[in-house]
Amino acid sequence: MIRKFRNIIRSKGPAVVAILAIIGIWEFLCVSGAVPRYMLPTPGDVVTSLISDRELLWFNAKVTLQEAFYGLGIGIAIGFVFAVLMDMFETLYRALYPVMVLSQTIPTVAIAPLLVLWFGYEMKPKIILVVIASFFPIAVGLLDGFKSADPDSVNLLRSMGAGRWRIFRYLKAPSALPSFFSGLRIATAYSVVTAVISEWLGGFNGLGVYMTRVKKAYAFDKMFAVIILISIVSLVLIAIVSILERVCMPYRHLDDADRQDS
Amino acid sequence: MSKLQVENVSVSFGGSQVLKDISIHLEQGELVSLLGVSGSGKTTLFNVISGLLKPQSGTVVLNGEEITGKPGKISYMLQKDLLLPYRTIQDNVALPLIFQGMRKKAARKKASSMFEEFGLAGTETKYPSQLSGGMRQRAALLRTYMFSQDVALLDEPFSALDTLTKTQIHHWYLEVMEKIHLSTLFITHDIDEAILLSDRIYILTGKPGEILDEIVVKEPKPREADFALSDAFLEYKRTIIRRLEESGVTGVSL
Repeated sequence: MIRKFRNIIRSKGPAVVAILAIIGIWEFLCVSGAVPRYMLPTPGDVVTSLISDRELLWFNAKVTLQEAFYGLGIGIAIGFVFAVLMDMFETLYRALYPVMVLSQTIPTVAIAPLLVLWFGYEMKPKIILVVIASFFPIAVGLLDGFKSADPDSVNLLRSMGAGRWRIFRYLKAPSALPSFFSGLRIATAYSVVTAVISEWLGGFNGLGVYMTRVKKAYAFDKMFAVIILISIVSLVLIAIVSILERVCMPYRHLDDADRQDS
Repeated sequence: MSKLQVENVSVSFGGSQVLKDISIHLEQGELVSLLGVSGSGKTTLFNVISGLLKPQSGTVVLNGEEITGKPGKISYMLQKDLLLPYRTIQDNVALPLIFQGMRKKAARKKASSMFEEFGLAGTETKYPSQLSGGMRQRAALLRTYMFSQDVALLDEPFSALDTLTKTQIHHWYLEVMEKIHLSTLFITHDIDEAILLSDRIYILTGKPGEILDEIVVKEPKPREADFALSDAFLEYKRTIIRRLEESGVTGVSL
């Protein structure tokens, strides 16, 4: 128990100290008057507005989260279908892979206004943007994962009479899990940020809309509060993905003492 | 009737011949080695026997049934254990049974019934990464056995193991083979291993791969631990090396 506690301090301690130091410097800059208070609120001010505005923040966060979830869900589904088809048909892979990479060079901010013009101010354009942003890491993660299956294992399963479906079910799909989760982590982080950005450019509710409103009011403390809220939300979601990863791949998190090798 | 009969198998890839007119057979309870230098097409021959590769000519007959170019009849085991890291040992071993249409529960039960025999008791719910190299090879062997029951195709299965583990697993293999009435076709490039384990040895040279000679190891089984140090053993080794050198393979070390 004590040893475990000591290990936690050793592994997480430096990061905690660094974060506290950054907050300390921030506080110092405000208090010493190096930066005027109305431009940079103190950490305390930010926490205060985070608490006083909590109902409004939560209401808007729900909207943003909804957009992120729907977009991520659809992005995963489309990414999965594309990855499976592109893994099955080499020609499709050669045709679409460059297109996918190319599509990633288009900045989200640049097409968001277009989407708003096409699909209106409701949720639809935001969800579409999240789909576009999250589709790529998912598809690429899965594709790389499918391709990581050892050709010798494929042959072995074939020799046991496994057809395409069984090779997929028992070999390719489970082999793709690690890189799928790497992709999912990135996609999850993207999805929240993309939803917020798309809200900047037109909408009725959501953290992005709230952000543009408080910006216009020069309420820097509220601005900081919403930024911090967005990173907290992203962190929580990424943590959920990590937990999911552990549940889906228990064999990757065996006790070190139990391993013969790694 | 032979357990396994390979007749006049020839294979070429894009105009270059890899295997030329290979004929070998494996009888009940025998351990037969294919001894060959690298590039002699050993692995190609295994792919033909397991049905993954259809030869240009020739046939493969298993227990009287022609299986040329038909996978799903006989499986093999390689130097790499190829255990799936995300499945427990018992689920790895049960996999071929599931492919044959057995239900998961029944397959697990049947697989587990052999764990004791294969020295794997207690590893049922462990993952491959929790087992030593020797144990993993045993599990891979059990999986092969689950699939093809009485004939095992082994492609350099023990060559990645250290010398001590290898010696242990040799003895163990001969024992277990006897117990479960297994016939084995064994690929190796290790002359000592071939003599120690085999009833007969086919010498394969390339290119293209051809059967150069067949050597019968008359030493009765079970073989004594000091067989490897006996004159008889050295005589076999000398014969094999001479045959290899005559065929143009040079620099074979003793």
